[in-house]
Amino acid sequence: MLLLISALIYGLVFALLALGVYISFRIFHFADITADGSFALGGAATTAMLIAGWSPLVSTAVGFLAGMLAGASTGVLHTIFKIHGLLSGILVTTALYSINLRVLGRSNVSLSDAPTLSKFWADLLRRVLGASERHNLFGWMVGVQDLSNLFALTLLVGLLGTVLFLFLKTNLGTAMRAAGDNAQMIRALGASDKILLIFGLALANGLIALSGSLLAQCQEFADVQMGIGMVVWGLASVIIGESLVGSSRFGILIAGTIIGSILFRMMIAIALRCGLNPNDLKLITAVFVFLALVAPRWLKTLKSRFNTDLVGEADHAQGL
Amino acid sequence: MLKVSDVVKTFYPGTPNEVRSLRGVSFTMEPGSFTNIIGTNGSGKSTMLNAVAGVFLVDSGQIELSGEDITGWSEHQRARRIGRVFQNPFSGSAPTMTVAENLALAARRGMRRGLGWSLNAALRGEIAERLKSLKMGLENRLDNPIGNLSGGQRQAITLLMATWLKPDLLLLDEHTAALDPRSADQVIRLTHEIVERDRLTTLMVTHSMQQAVSLGDRILMMHKGEIVADLSGAQKGRLRPEDLLGRFDELRRRDQLTPAVGEMLERLYV
Ligand SMILES: Nc1ncnc2c1ncn2[C@@H]1O[C@H](COP(=O)(O)OP(=O)(O)OP(=O)(O)O)[C@@H](O)[C@H]1O
Ligand SMILES: [Mg+2]
Repeated sequence: MLLLISALIYGLVFALLALGVYISFRIFHFADITADGSFALGGAATTAMLIAGWSPLVSTAVGFLAGMLAGASTGVLHTIFKIHGLLSGILVTTALYSINLRVLGRSNVSLSDAPTLSKFWADLLRRVLGASERHNLFGWMVGVQDLSNLFALTLLVGLLGTVLFLFLKTNLGTAMRAAGDNAQMIRALGASDKILLIFGLALANGLIALSGSLLAQCQEFADVQMGIGMVVWGLASVIIGESLVGSSRFGILIAGTIIGSILFRMMIAIALRCGLNPNDLKLITAVFVFLALVAPRWLKTLKSRFNTDLVGEADHAQGL
Repeated sequence: MLKVSDVVKTFYPGTPNEVRSLRGVSFTMEPGSFTNIIGTNGSGKSTMLNAVAGVFLVDSGQIELSGEDITGWSEHQRARRIGRVFQNPFSGSAPTMTVAENLALAARRGMRRGLGWSLNAALRGEIAERLKSLKMGLENRLDNPIGNLSGGQRQAITLLMATWLKPDLLLLDEHTAALDPRSADQVIRLTHEIVERDRLTTLMVTHSMQQAVSLGDRILMMHKGEIVADLSGAQKGRLRPEDLLGRFDELRRRDQLTPAVGEMLERLYV
């Protein structure tokens, strides 16, 4: 049970990462690998602020804004300086590795003595439920910390998902979707596709950094390496979500992405429980995303080959 | 009013692939006039329209629209004044977005795009109303992704989008060339209706001599990056498609002749 709760909590944290990846990869069709850097940046910036004595709310907001800045940088490199999209992301991520080290001061920093959002809402829940450290949730005894994380993150992710959904229905959000769908068309309708892309990448990486910031606060430490592989993790969640909902409506896709992230976390938790070596996790994830990307194409070629084989045999039969 | 003066555009200058697409093109269009551009393949018609739309900046020359020098404006800035329909029916709309969303984007062409809802009941009503005037039954498909519609339907909607807010200039680049004859007829009829109703200043590239003689009040003929004929008024009124084809043949003959004549003269006199 503890396994399930913890998978839920981290699934929710990583859902924000997945939403960011959804924006860059699916709305803008932009392979943005800045995620690896901005995820760690969010964690590092928030941690440094918390250690320096700032309130969790301010620290988290700064993490989000730092991520936006990173995303905007990638967008500017690509649109204004005309650097290939992937390379723009690589450049920013490489730069961020040094920046994150500077921000954190060393390669990892503990938050166990600092106030965090996580501790803040645990205290809040204690005040509501009384001092007891374990509570009954549908018959399971769950610690206050986990319980409050679960409640607060469900609320937060639900809220942010809804805000993103509503935002994509505004004039600006609609123009952003159009810029990703058909840049020539949005230019012909008087909006700069470049500025829309810069803004979109800023938004995406803001969410990704927020995810990193929340992860640091939930696990009570930040590490400069914490962003490695995050693009692929986010992509895996997006793909699972897409195949789950099987719709192209963005409202449903947003919900699918969140659910995909939670499911992906659970799959990993179960695999780990069944004896998967944690060191192999990233390899397994990469292979999984690879399969998810090529499987549809394989199926198609297999099907058409099967069909042509049949046709070929029929021709042959006719020839005889 | 559109005023194009001495516009020059060369692609890949100074390389073996150099193409002199526009070699000093000048013309003026009065407000409310309709001009056709015809010419052989690669004569620079699309390049001319793209230069006006700001797809690239010209090497030299000046472009004025409604009394303002727009030569240095970017493509999206010019779109405030200019409506466009492309040859490719897929170029003018965002395929995964719905018909209503696409039109809502056009209803704010060149305007600030903030955090207001892009679609509201009033706008949806107006969209349905205007779609109804196309008589294609599209008013019932407001919430379909526009990518599910046929090329002709998409091109009709793109035309509606380009003219939703009255543009100072409407640019049409062979916007019926990729359609089947029936859809092409339908879109041309629609073009005629909208342009007449709103008195739009229109610049249209066409391959169809029939369209060139029956629509508009002027024909510019381009050849090798230059305007080689400018027919309007009574002269255009008398024109038949065969006359235009005759002129093309003449151009082709002259092309074949000139180098040969030059060579002969060289042999004789040098
Ligand atoms: N973006 C570009 N880059 C390089 N060359 C270009 C570009 N646009 C046009 N050209 C070249 O300029 C010349 C004129 O092309 P343009 O498209 O204007 O011809 P057109 O008159 O529209 O022909 P068509 O009837 O085939 O559409 C061609 O040789 C073309 O290859
Ligand atoms: Mg052309």
